[in-house]
Amino acid sequence: MSECHDCAGCAPVAVLARPAAVRTVALVGPPNSGKTTLFNRLTGLRQKVANFPGVTVEQHTGIAEFPDGRAVTIVDLPGIYSLQPRSEDEQVAYDVLHGKRAGTPKPEAVLLVLDSTNLARHLMLAAPILALGLPTLIILNMADDLRNRGGKLDLSKLSQELGAPVALISARAGQGVGEVFDFLAGTMAKPAPTLLPVLQDVPKCREWAGAVGSKAGYRAPIAPKWTRRLDSVFLHPVAGPLVFLLVVVGVIRTIFMAAAPISDAAQSFIATSGKWLAAALPASPFSSLLVDGVWKGVGSVLVFLPQVLLLFLFIGILEDSGYLARAALIADRTMARVGLQGKSFIPLLSAYGCAVPAIMATRTIENKRDRIATILIAPFMTCSARLPVYALLIAAFIPERNFIGSVITTQVAALLGLYLLGFLAAVVTARLLKSSVLKSVQAPFVLEMPSYRWPTVQSLGLRLLDRSKVFLQRAGTVILLVTVILWVATYLPYSGGKPPIEHSLAGTVGRTIEPIIQPLGFNWKIGVGLITSLAARETIISTLGLIYGMDPDSQGMELQKSLRADLTTGGAFALLIFFAFAMQCMSTVAVVRRETGGWMWPVLQFAYMGALAYAGAFVAFHVI
Amino acid sequence: MLQLSGNSTQIEMPLAAVPLPAPLSTLVDLQKGDAAILDHIELPVDDARRLMELGFLPGSRITAGFSAPGGDPRVFQVDGSEIALRRVTARHVKVRLETSGKVTRKP
Repeated sequence: MSECHDCAGCAPVAVLARPAAVRTVALVGPPNSGKTTLFNRLTGLRQKVANFPGVTVEQHTGIAEFPDGRAVTIVDLPGIYSLQPRSEDEQVAYDVLHGKRAGTPKPEAVLLVLDSTNLARHLMLAAPILALGLPTLIILNMADDLRNRGGKLDLSKLSQELGAPVALISARAGQGVGEVFDFLAGTMAKPAPTLLPVLQDVPKCREWAGAVGSKAGYRAPIAPKWTRRLDSVFLHPVAGPLVFLLVVVGVIRTIFMAAAPISDAAQSFIATSGKWLAAALPASPFSSLLVDGVWKGVGSVLVFLPQVLLLFLFIGILEDSGYLARAALIADRTMARVGLQGKSFIPLLSAYGCAVPAIMATRTIENKRDRIATILIAPFMTCSARLPVYALLIAAFIPERNFIGSVITTQVAALLGLYLLGFLAAVVTARLLKSSVLKSVQAPFVLEMPSYRWPTVQSLGLRLLDRSKVFLQRAGTVILLVTVILWVATYLPYSGGKPPIEHSLAGTVGRTIEPIIQPLGFNWKIGVGLITSLAARETIISTLGLIYGMDPDSQGMELQKSLRADLTTGGAFALLIFFAFAMQCMSTVAVVRRETGGWMWPVLQFAYMGALAYAGAFVAFHVI
Repeated sequence: MLQLSGNSTQIEMPLAAVPLPAPLSTLVDLQKGDAAILDHIELPVDDARRLMELGFLPGSRITAGFSAPGGDPRVFQVDGSEIALRRVTARHVKVRLETSGKVTRKP
């Protein structure tokens, strides 16, 4: 869930223009075999990780470059256990391998990545892949684990049995990756015909794989001791859920406590430097655009980068270490009760980062109705774009006091509460959907528990780099654009001078909708923010930054202070709840339309979430 | 619900693999640490295939492991990996308990 297929950010990305002789190689393997680690190793940081937000394709493409300048296109396919497509992600893998995927050339060779610590079973996938008849390199990954836990095998014997070259590597440690490059640079011979089993017959395939393994002298490694030990805690009937709770609270607390001082400092820096900048520049509409629009507007969003990165760091650690699979197991009961299958859990977790990749990740769900239900509730999960809005409002309106000891302060509790609120809304909605329009038979829940591993710095670094890019891209495109349009709207109608802000176009629009939002405790300024935040949630911050920056009353004040002058505490709570429920994200609307194949679901979803947001905010304003 | 035996995927119970077959039970009956030999899977073909690809094959040895609080879902060790199954699914996986020495076979 590291990559955000952010539609606002990335237009369909063209594969790098290269000399004609680019070859395409597919990276195939079962889930958890380390394909993506190898993909990152091969393509390095120079890679052009292109998500194709086209109609159907969802494979990642990267370029591996050789020292002599030649290049090979590597296509990282979704994990598969066999070539019998059942879910949409498996269909993608199947189609790419058979050259049936529009926009992706048929691969000329295959890199088959298998987990060497569980070779006998993983070799089953070698049968259908070798049957494709393409040049294939069998990559046995996780060589370090195999060695450390006392497993072994005879590589040349295995290669002989399979009729294809074999490489034993550790993608994490970077061992043996050279052999993969040698294969790619070499002639890529077709596999020598070997006796393959009947592919439809799973027991026969397994028998064949076992026979090949034992002929190659494969000795399976002993079970990982540490995984058992850790599971005896993490899956303990009492300690397990407690650890789960501690992890969630710990993550939220750290995000708030560790990153808040940095953001606060940055915020006051923006305010003071804005004043200084305004004084230094000659007064003109252009300097106002620069200071009020770009600097105070977009800058006030940028200060939340540390918080967002911290969130992704935690998600990365939890995911890479293997804990997330245990969390999915613990949470499965809840999912089952609302009628969702366990497979929905992973996309929903990913929605805590961003709903867009989460909605795409629902492709692993075979059942159409389950898939649509998951898509519809994913935007309720508190995504990273809500985090800046929450952080700003909580810091401005909730006094920092001990709530449950000093561990959970009132501010941390508020943030936890908002995360919980989003989750509850999702659960209730799922229950409604699953017991009415989207009723379906339960597909079996199957979840493989990976062994625990240390997350690598490289993998975490890549995620953070990726997220920083997405965040800055959004700030530099959508948010900047909306802010500039808004700035122009505060200058219209222009008659020799700037109109007073409440009589400007922006002010007029805001005051027109004011009667609708007054019952929620919002004035026209917040109203303008609500409109611009339809593009992306964080935009409300840049909008308010800009409006307050232009208003003589609040000019030079920090954003938090101006907000306090403008909103009651009840109004602030109402705004928080509005943001918890509303679907203010164009990228999400677009991806839902694409994934559900029409406007019906996104329109219903937008209306439902909007109504819930309005009702929730109304109640909050009148109760608090 | 199709019984897989006699289906196109053909899972014939290799009786020879179990010298003294214990009575049939299901994966749900396994307590943590219990081991059993898989007999057959009573699920639609596609679902059964998925389980088979993960190692749930007739004749394979399955050990019950940790579970989520309340015992559902439970992790099963099979064919070198750990797979979690919900009760509703595990109920359809028919096994014969591996009795440690004390064979109690009813006629």
